[in-house]
Amino acid sequence: MLTLECPYCGVMADETELTAGGEAHLKRFGPGSSDEDFEAYLFERENPKGVHFERWRHSHGCGKWFHAARNTMTLEVYGTYPAQTSEPPVEIRNKISGIAPGWSWRLFK
Amino acid sequence: MSEPTSALNRAEFKGIAKVEETGLHGMITLRGDQSSAAIKKAVLSVAGTVMPEQREAIFSDTGGVVWMSPDELMLLCPYSEVEARVAALNEALAGTHALAVNVSDARTVFRVSGPAARDVLSKLTPADLSPEVFGPGQVRRSRLAQVSAAFWMEDDETFGLFCFRSVAQYAFDLLKVAAAEGSEVGYF
Ligand SMILES: [Zn+2]
Repeated sequence: MLTLECPYCGVMADETELTAGGEAHLKRFGPGSSDEDFEAYLFERENPKGVHFERWRHSHGCGKWFHAARNTMTLEVYGTYPAQTSEPPVEIRNKISGIAPGWSWRLFK
Repeated sequence: MSEPTSALNRAEFKGIAKVEETGLHGMITLRGDQSSAAIKKAVLSVAGTVMPEQREAIFSDTGGVVWMSPDELMLLCPYSEVEARVAALNEALAGTHALAVNVSDARTVFRVSGPAARDVLSKLTPADLSPEVFGPGQVRRSRLAQVSAAFWMEDDETFGLFCFRSVAQYAFDLLKVAAAEGSEVGYF
């Protein structure tokens, strides 16, 4: 069972209190973008066996969106951070490097 | 003019804990920046309490203030006073970016009491209700089986709880099953 700390409530929230929101830090390509960018925005997703960054919503709690850095294989949670964050925070990246050296995700290592 | 009625008309159940629907309550959603001096002052003057910290629920003789999220509070008061309190809030918050709305009829309030109250609620929610983690003065928004709810403790054996009015019967039925005679867990 996945348990994530909601950065707004400060509680350990069970997965069943949360709603998964898919991959984190997507850049939106809308009207005026190239077909390739739009297609990638709609359909191309990371599917890592290992370190991953996701969006979650504390839907049965405060209702806020937040981010989680976790490992899809071990279910280890590296940390959660607010939605108002456009890329994985450096503290979390450093922490992951300490635990899982050599990790990478999109352009981050 | 029809009389306002609460969802379950003060239904009660007594099993290993007592479950009561507690009738009509005034409830005001107050959204805004909780660090703002104007909002703190409005809460103090209208609800009579200081601004709650994260997950704090503060009660007074005539109501209370429940922390709902970093930008949302729920002010509780007698049902008959709610319009006057919304007006007082709006007056106190004139010119401040905030929102005060009467949501009294949106939710149903229950009380679950007795020595087994923690066990009864723990059958329905994934939230940690152990006394070291959760006690009087705190609020937790979580899930009761399939519906959202918020609960707080009035004292060490009494929970106050609200959920949306549309699921009041479901929540009451859940609480009755969880409090059924002979279903003691004895964990807490
Ligand atoms: Zn939350």
